[in-house]
Amino acid sequence: METIRIEGLTKQFPSGWPGRPPATVLDGLSLSVRQGEIYGFLGPNGSGKTTTIKVLIGLIRATSGSVELLGKPVGDVPTRRRIGFLPESPYFYDYLTAEEFLMFYGHLAGMDRAGLAGRVSRLLEVVGLVEARTRQLRKFSKGMLQRVGLAQALIHDPELVILDEPMSGLDPIGRKQVRDLILGLRDQGKTVFFSTHIIPDVEMICDRVGVIVKGKLLATGRVDELVNQGHTQSVEIACQGISVERIPAIQAMASRVVQRGSQSLIVLPGPAPLESALAEIRKQGGTLISVTPHKSSLEELFFQSQGQGQGQGSLAPARSATGA
Amino acid sequence: MWPVVVIALNTFRENLRDKILYNLVFFALLLIGASTLLADLTIMEHHRMITDMGLAAINVVGVVIAIFVGIGLVGKEIERRTVYTIMARPIRRTQFILGKYLGLVMTLGVNMAVMVIVFLATLWLYRAPVHGVLMQAVALIFVEVLLVTAMALFFSTFTTSTLSASFTIGMFVVGHLTMDLKGIAEKSQSETVKAVTNSVYYIFPNLEMLNVKAQAAVGVGVPYAYQATASLYGLLYTAALLVGACIIFQRRDF
Repeated sequence: METIRIEGLTKQFPSGWPGRPPATVLDGLSLSVRQGEIYGFLGPNGSGKTTTIKVLIGLIRATSGSVELLGKPVGDVPTRRRIGFLPESPYFYDYLTAEEFLMFYGHLAGMDRAGLAGRVSRLLEVVGLVEARTRQLRKFSKGMLQRVGLAQALIHDPELVILDEPMSGLDPIGRKQVRDLILGLRDQGKTVFFSTHIIPDVEMICDRVGVIVKGKLLATGRVDELVNQGHTQSVEIACQGISVERIPAIQAMASRVVQRGSQSLIVLPGPAPLESALAEIRKQGGTLISVTPHKSSLEELFFQSQGQGQGQGSLAPARSATGA
Repeated sequence: MWPVVVIALNTFRENLRDKILYNLVFFALLLIGASTLLADLTIMEHHRMITDMGLAAINVVGVVIAIFVGIGLVGKEIERRTVYTIMARPIRRTQFILGKYLGLVMTLGVNMAVMVIVFLATLWLYRAPVHGVLMQAVALIFVEVLLVTAMALFFSTFTTSTLSASFTIGMFVVGHLTMDLKGIAEKSQSETVKAVTNSVYYIFPNLEMLNVKAQAAVGVGVPYAYQATASLYGLLYTAALLVGACIIFQRRDF
């Protein structure tokens, strides 16, 4: 079942000047997120991630296209009881204490006081803010605000959690806590959709990822499929006992050779010439130390996608790897 | 209606913690200080001056808070993006607007109640007569404050805080001059001037209708029918502004 379904989403903002064309921030974006998965929405700054999330939350209206959350059109108010949301760099009512803040959001979600008190304590524990529960938010650090914001998004036990850059502004420990929290949500059967421009976060925890550049989805699929699909891999051979710079056969196969003392590093442009290179090393009396295949990372894919987005007049269609 | 109450109570708490009610200290000092300074006047004039000044102070303080808190009521939520997480909850935008408005009305109500108590205490202190008609003036001042709050809220749904304040103050000033504009329209030979002044007269609220302070200060009441009509007029205008604010807020992107 699809928890989020976006079809041909376009969002244009008026330029504010007569005669000037509107700015197209989202251009026919289509994607779907399945129930119970963690979906990473990856893209550079200004690519349209936050705009997409704003449409999902109902903060802005789509110019065209359709968006459904949990099987209902995006404007459906009762459905929001089943959705949790954390905006980017959140700013909350700073005169409230952490406890009052969570109670307020719980009440807004229609929860009663009795059930809410226990839930607030539990969540403050989960995000590590028990000791700060009676402190006003104005005295919170950025990391603490991010954590209380996450608690706010989860207070009503939503089925779908939408997080806009949830790791931004957090130190490594904070980022790990958020990652663990997101993985914990998946274990509970929740669906998590989060945007980020931090690639390792996506690689570590996402089931599927979508890469957005200039308002278009350039690639979507499982992380392992995306990083291996259609990308040239290189192979590094480390050996010793020979001087590769004096062996023309190896020079011809390699894209790069480095000689450091008795050790040599040979970089092959792909796996094809590997056997020939190894045979040549043995023939010359060299000793093999290691062979390391290098797969293209999500980072390379990201930069390639960005290159496509910037370099082409008409952008490439979304490459889909939906074997999951 | 539940979300409206939750938002109203939170807005009231915000106002209290923002120390808005501290203005009451200023009000009390102004009233008592000025009354002491005016003590040299003859008894009759002194009592009338205290009453006059007290009602004017209640009016000015109420309107100033309505404008400057009212423009931030929604504007601040948009600027600080707190509105994002609120709109993600199962509440309608209309409920948000009404909740914010009611929250400020609660604050203004408490503020006005305390100001009236300080005012009556000052009258008692200086042995000035306390007429029931004073409450007529206070009730109409409160209607005016409700209307001005709705104006500020209306403008803040589509423009910046500075412009909202300018528009609200402008509308408040013109609202007190509409009768003069009507007079200009009647006397003017120019059709254009007539059209413009008549338009302003009918579009802008007639705030002078809610001003009976001068009569109250001398102990002369207005007929209850007048009070009811003026109150109804003010409340209907307030309702129209709130409907306008809801429609604009409903359509806007964040």
